Amino acid sequence: MTSETALKLALALPLIATLLTGLFAARPNLREFFTLLIAGALFLVVASLTPAVLAGARPAVTLLEVLPGLRIALEVEPLGMLFALIASGLWIVTTCYSIGYMRAHNEGHQTRFYACFAIAIFAAVGAAMAQNMFSLFIFYEVLTLSTYPLVTHHGTESACKGGRTYLGILLFTSVAFLLLAVVWTWMIAGTLDFKPGGILQGKASDGMLMVLLALYVFGTGKAAVMPFHRWLPAAMVAPTPVSALLHAVAVVKVGVFTVMKVAVYIFGIDLLSSTGISLPLMYAAAATVLIASLVALTKDNLKARLAYSTVSQLSYIVLGAMLANRWGVMGGSMHIAMHAFGKITLFFCAGAIYVAAHKTEISDMRGIGRTMPVTTFAFLLGSLSVIGLPPFGGAWSKWYLALGAAEAHHGVLVAVLMISSLLNIAYLLPIPVRGFFSAPDSGPDDVGIKEAPLFCLVPLCLTAAGGVVLFFFADKIYELLAPIAQI
Amino acid sequence: MERHLPILQIIVPLIAAPLCLLIRQRTLVYGFALSVCWATFAMAVMLLMRVVVADPSHGDSLVATQITYQLGGWLAPWGIEYRIDTLSAFMLLFVSGIGAVVLSYAPLSISREIHRSQHYQFYAAYLLCLTGLLGITITGDLFNLFVFLEISALASYALISLGANQTRKALTAAFQYLVMGTIGATFILIGIGLMYQVTGTLNMADMESRLDTDTGQRTVLVAFAFLSVGISIKMALFPLHAWLPGAYAYAPSVVTAFLAATATKVSVYILLRCIFSIFKSGFAFESLPFDAGLMTLSLLGIFVASTAAIFQTNIKRMLAYSSVAQIGYIVLGISFASVNGLTGGIVHLFNHALIKGGLFLAMGCIALRLGSVELNDMRGIGRRMPVTMFAWVIGGLGLIGVPVTAGFISKWYLISAALERGWWPVAVLTLLSSLLALIYVWRVVEVAYFQSPPEREAEVTEAPLAMLIPTCLLIAASVIFGLWTSLSAGVARQAAEVLLGAMP
Repeated sequence: MTSETALKLALALPLIATLLTGLFAARPNLREFFTLLIAGALFLVVASLTPAVLAGARPAVTLLEVLPGLRIALEVEPLGMLFALIASGLWIVTTCYSIGYMRAHNEGHQTRFYACFAIAIFAAVGAAMAQNMFSLFIFYEVLTLSTYPLVTHHGTESACKGGRTYLGILLFTSVAFLLLAVVWTWMIAGTLDFKPGGILQGKASDGMLMVLLALYVFGTGKAAVMPFHRWLPAAMVAPTPVSALLHAVAVVKVGVFTVMKVAVYIFGIDLLSSTGISLPLMYAAAATVLIASLVALTKDNLKARLAYSTVSQLSYIVLGAMLANRWGVMGGSMHIAMHAFGKITLFFCAGAIYVAAHKTEISDMRGIGRTMPVTTFAFLLGSLSVIGLPPFGGAWSKWYLALGAAEAHHGVLVAVLMISSLLNIAYLLPIPVRGFFSAPDSGPDDVGIKEAPLFCLVPLCLTAAGGVVLFFFADKIYELLAPIAQI
Repeated sequence: MERHLPILQIIVPLIAAPLCLLIRQRTLVYGFALSVCWATFAMAVMLLMRVVVADPSHGDSLVATQITYQLGGWLAPWGIEYRIDTLSAFMLLFVSGIGAVVLSYAPLSISREIHRSQHYQFYAAYLLCLTGLLGITITGDLFNLFVFLEISALASYALISLGANQTRKALTAAFQYLVMGTIGATFILIGIGLMYQVTGTLNMADMESRLDTDTGQRTVLVAFAFLSVGISIKMALFPLHAWLPGAYAYAPSVVTAFLAATATKVSVYILLRCIFSIFKSGFAFESLPFDAGLMTLSLLGIFVASTAAIFQTNIKRMLAYSSVAQIGYIVLGISFASVNGLTGGIVHLFNHALIKGGLFLAMGCIALRLGSVELNDMRGIGRRMPVTMFAWVIGGLGLIGVPVTAGFISKWYLISAALERGWWPVAVLTLLSSLLALIYVWRVVEVAYFQSPPEREAEVTEAPLAMLIPTCLLIAASVIFGLWTSLSAGVARQAAEVLLGAMP
């Protein structure tokens, strides 16, 4: 298989999954079997590209030219490779989890669910592999629209309201800011291709570039930099598998991935660091890190707490991009992977608790560790990974981020990172700790073990274990990312 | 035969119209009108292929040519001349194309909305209206243009008043349109008369060469004023749009779809001809601040009409207000007077015709099944008529200008044109205005998908295939032309270059 075919296949496979899902709507077992099969195939196809990318090749293919000079084209570079691997790999796990969750819950419209899910993966993989900002923007918007039916899956009044906030903020920011930034870049640079070193060097004054960068960062609403973060908690009305894959991995990571790509390939880290135009945004991201952590502390609904935790963690990555030095870029990019595994575990656990014990509020979860020990233990592992303690993957990314902040002589930012880690501990750890050590509020103590279905349990154990594995194999990611961080 | 294509383009539907009155039998007259429409479309395709040819010597880039045709063999300044350049061929293509697709959809829809005894009259008026619209775009003679304008306008008054079977309001709407349309036409006629007085000719090309713009004669200025106001009424440019919402809301669904997609677009064509082919852009945009005027009005129109659309409960009326706003985008493109801007305006003529045509056809399907186009009656329609409503949503996304729809292409050009000139606020306003579209589109989406249907409508089912297929065809086209743009944006760009004189 040539790399061109592999690229086309990587885009086509999720669409085929959508088609098959629709065709086999009446036969759920077959429908889910095909989704799993294609998810597996997609991961293999994406993985088959990895050796070439590690060796320095950049497999590319042009799909079509929409307007003169504006092409929908794919090209895999290290950052996109990493993101595509995560998105496609976690799609398999999430599909398993969805099967357990959706069936245990007797959710309606499951065909629509799997179909839209596949389209969302299509958009995420497309965004990961986009060769230019134009393609990335298109996949970005497809992702927004394809996830709307997922967010509003339940069709209730609250789902409708959440969906409105979701779509409203994401489309508002992308249309009003991001599109403007893209067209502006096209006008001044004459190209939208992602080029190492950037395309804006010497094209505009520092002041204009500063505005442009702000348009990009705030326009990428999916990166959830405050004040445009409200959509993320609103999206939590979705069924948990959606929150898990899309609002811990695909959707939000497309956001920060876009910011990282813009920093590295549109502006170029040299331009950013030599002019210092990213300074205000650095502080905006740092503020988001802290404020979102503080808000998370006040939330009693588990998914809402995780949502604010995500907002906070995303800004780590934005911060890494805005630091614009090698360690910042390395840490930020690595955090895309590390946070994905940690946060998806936490969401899986939240869903498992909901399925098995029908609990959504943290205050009701005292003693949950006695009935659901595996889930609670996985939650503990996920929490530790998000907090960033060794031996969990999150330790490395936070290490590099702190290093980046120190290298740029931003002592304040180092402090912010440290305080935020403490806040992480404060809002995450009490949940498993109380789960294990507090007595349940009511009912007999010895109700026996009542875990979620296996289809839910196995995926969350896998992702929790993934957090540990990543700690020991972080050198692979380091090696992959080294060229873009210019190390 | 092929030499006579330009005249056949007009004469075939023109003669077919009275023949409809003779045939009368409903099925026969439908078959006849339909074949005429598709034949017209085929001729338009052939004409476009002759005007826009790939040039192998320039790497297959498109090259513009021009076709002229002398009626009855009378030479140009004396006889009537038909002149087809890229812009006219492009207009002919989509006007006849929409005409054919909408007519394919018509019989089931009008069987509910128009009394059986009037069907043959509907087909006759429809063909006459089509003739008028095609005639305007093909002719090179200013007075001839006025005649066609009146043909299409009179036919459309009749078409709109056919909505009286559903609601008597259609009559007042048609009458209001008649009054406004006649004022517009009279203004245009006065303008033409003054131009004839100054230049002594009615042939547009001839007029252009004889017109001495440098002197700034009073008569020419007055003529320009009359022409531009008259045309603005016809194309429903804010604030002269008052006739449009009523006319579109109460006309039969088929008529609304056809007129919304073509009639105002052809009026924009007249404006383009007037500014760029008769007066030359230097006159309107340099010696007069016409561009600033157009830009102000178009931006105001976009915001006022989009906001008005948000508050409508009748969805056809809502889409009508949206049309006024979309005319704003087109005129905004023209007001940039640059290749990018003009391309954006012209390509939006085409894109909006597809999108709005498709949306109104979808409304026709809903009207057929529900007997109403009120938002309140559309509760839960997304589950009862999934295909129709899905098509509607895709069309709505096109109005918003989401990527992968045709609306995005138009928006891209408009934003580029604004940034190219360094007009920041215009770019930002254009983008913000699409969020108003998001609000009025999503209001419908939420009602259609999130509210439970009223009990009494348990029997509502999906629209018949004969109506679904044309609807989906237009909507699908609006997506295809969001990805593949050599026909739409490519030809529009060439038309813009020809108009601006950047290309021979």
